[in-house]
Amino acid sequence: MKIWKSVAAALALALASGTAAFAARTDLVVGVVLEPPHLDPTGGAAAAIDEIVYANLFEGLTRIGSKGEVMPGLAESWTASDDGKIYTFKLRSGVKFHDGSDFNADDVKFSLNRARAEDSTNAQKQIFAAIDTVEVIDPTTVKITLSHPEGLFLYNMGIGDAVIVAPESADTNKEKPIGTGPFKFDSWAKGSSIKLVKTDGYWGDPVALDKVEFRIIPDAASAVPALLSGDVQAFPNAQVGDALPQIEADPRLKVVIGTTEGETLLSFNNKKPPFDKLEVRQAIASAIDRKAIIDGASSGRGLPIGSHMSPTSPAYIDLTETYPHDVAKAKEYLKAAGLENGFKATLKLPPPAYARDGGEIIASQLREIGIDLEIIPVEWADWLSKVFTEKDFDATIVSHTEANDIDIYGRSGYYFQYENPAFNKVIADLAVENDDAKRNALLGEAQKILATDVPAVFLFELPKTGIWDAKLEGLWENSPIQANDVTKVKWAQ
Amino acid sequence: MLAYLAKRLLIGLATLVVASLVVFGVLEILPGDPARLMLGMNATEDAVRALQSEMGLDQPMLVRYFNWVGNMLHLDFGQSYTYSVPVIDLVAERVVVSLPLALMALTLSTAIAIPVGLFAASRRGSTSDTVAMGIAQFGVAVPNFWFALLLIYVFAVWLRLVPAGGFPGWDAGVWPALKALMLPAIALALPQAAILARVTRSGLLDVLGEDYIRTARAKGLTRSRVLWRHALRNALIPVVTILGLQFSFLLAGTIIIENVFYLPGLGRLVLQAIAQRDIIVVESVVMLLVVAVVTVNLLVDLSYAIVDPRLRVAR
Repeated sequence: MKIWKSVAAALALALASGTAAFAARTDLVVGVVLEPPHLDPTGGAAAAIDEIVYANLFEGLTRIGSKGEVMPGLAESWTASDDGKIYTFKLRSGVKFHDGSDFNADDVKFSLNRARAEDSTNAQKQIFAAIDTVEVIDPTTVKITLSHPEGLFLYNMGIGDAVIVAPESADTNKEKPIGTGPFKFDSWAKGSSIKLVKTDGYWGDPVALDKVEFRIIPDAASAVPALLSGDVQAFPNAQVGDALPQIEADPRLKVVIGTTEGETLLSFNNKKPPFDKLEVRQAIASAIDRKAIIDGASSGRGLPIGSHMSPTSPAYIDLTETYPHDVAKAKEYLKAAGLENGFKATLKLPPPAYARDGGEIIASQLREIGIDLEIIPVEWADWLSKVFTEKDFDATIVSHTEANDIDIYGRSGYYFQYENPAFNKVIADLAVENDDAKRNALLGEAQKILATDVPAVFLFELPKTGIWDAKLEGLWENSPIQANDVTKVKWAQ
Repeated sequence: MLAYLAKRLLIGLATLVVASLVVFGVLEILPGDPARLMLGMNATEDAVRALQSEMGLDQPMLVRYFNWVGNMLHLDFGQSYTYSVPVIDLVAERVVVSLPLALMALTLSTAIAIPVGLFAASRRGSTSDTVAMGIAQFGVAVPNFWFALLLIYVFAVWLRLVPAGGFPGWDAGVWPALKALMLPAIALALPQAAILARVTRSGLLDVLGEDYIRTARAKGLTRSRVLWRHALRNALIPVVTILGLQFSFLLAGTIIIENVFYLPGLGRLVLQAIAQRDIIVVESVVMLLVVAVVTVNLLVDLSYAIVDPRLRVAR
């Protein structure tokens, strides 16, 4: 009798787990390398913040899609005046913040005014600079007047720094973020993980996942076993180094190589001799073999670039052959610069593998034309203060991961120390141009100037290596902005 | 005894003062601006400056040193730059991971090492002694992160018995939390056990050669009675010394192990804080660790006096 009982119990159990297997999973653990310092995307530029909260927890007027396109967000539609200075946004109704309060035009006014205020610590304050007034027409209509047309206005309203927050929770969002997104904040075990749960009564399409945990795994050596053991089911931006073939061979996992907005550059201090000489920069550009660098520093996976633009951008033009790899020609350029015997300089390298490995290859390539680069490895903090802020460097390698950031070459005081009135003119025109075709033409012009003038040698577009469970669907393949949008993610049945 | 105690206490205090100067000084000359680091490459200068003054970084160095020490004496460790929460809260969250881990490792290594040491010493020169000490030698030589990776691949990836890393938190239940700490504790304990076993063995062998042991044996006590009652107690002095040293060593060792297992412990907090130039966190945690090590050393010194009565009068 006893035996029959246990058999029956076992059968029941088997049946129960069998039925459970038919219901799709609704939880997900996503691995991220960096822990965000806090969770308020309007109070810091750290990409790690957006990687967790963007589109999942916080939403903006517009929203950036997986291909970098501008889509409706909290604003369901908008109209722009002919002169490009007045935007009228029609907001969605029935939207609630996670604390139950209503979202309306007042919140939009509050958020935008807060971001552009004198004492604002919004890291992208400049994107709000053109805003002259924000007017509430009625609870679902907002009119924004710009002091001059701004080409990227709608895009900018969709980035993490421009998400809409409520006045009641704005000050506490760093620790306890309250947004309008389909997921709400659950808990944060510092140094370990951040958990989000599904919001009931979300205004848009309901999400398939009930729980999402972002687990912080900074070490590449730990990321691999975490994936292989199934503890972590997705690593959207995995840095697993030599273990990639092992993971690719595992049928339970999927490796998806996508693109990012990360232009990887060998940048120069354009004001410091001899890099202030065009011929020297041309010589370096000609002496460099991009393919060898991509093979050695990016496992052959980056896309070569000839200027500061992602190959996935509609405005991209291929300028990789502006200075083709030609050592003899490189020597001629050096001679023209009066430096036929070469020279010595330093190359400061931040920690990422693309920089450290790429630096070695570049140094060996430049040795062929007599340029002797002393490699100085630096930490990030060191790089930011010494190279980026104090401009104490000759050359460096870094990836510029922000989208639409070609204007950095026109910023005064930016670490390249590059000055070119012709380029600045193009950027000024671009800033006030709304027409896409005209914008692309101007962007093409800007790319050409940079490619010829080589303020930096444009190496490759940083690849995005995503690794996730083969049964997982809906994760972003590419990384048009630094976000892990999991709102469309679901487990295959 | 009192003079001995007072002397030890003074040495401990002096260590703390010197440590505070060194910690503060070293972090002062470390390049890197926490405000810039927090805001990233494309942040405006205005935003960086606003944050700097918010963090008090614009004040002179001496003012900051005395503020820091003064506040610490009041148990106020300041606010983390990066997390903007009190440092003490961060430390409290992390101690509940690091301390149990260190204790588990210490217990485990002692539980393995003492019997092995005893066993080897009592069979000095035999094959089992050679084998035991050979294994111990191997254990000393192999770094603990290698052990850690081996354990992860066997027990997490292959057998899927335990998670590969991470910590669910104690509120997830005692068992899941202990399960997450098991592999890290073993990885930490094995190399320590190897050292401790060797020390126990040689400590015992030294004592076994002493006159009083011969006397005890001559009086007709059995071998094992001599070992347990007379030798072990005196052989414990070097063992306790090593245990004390191992405690500080463990705190450092956990940094590596916490990284391999991505455990949110004190070690990783310090490492992360250094990378993010969260100076106040580094300063406070390092000082707390110094206090812990000084305290343990003090306890070890005291235990000498308990184990060895001669110390109570001399010195």
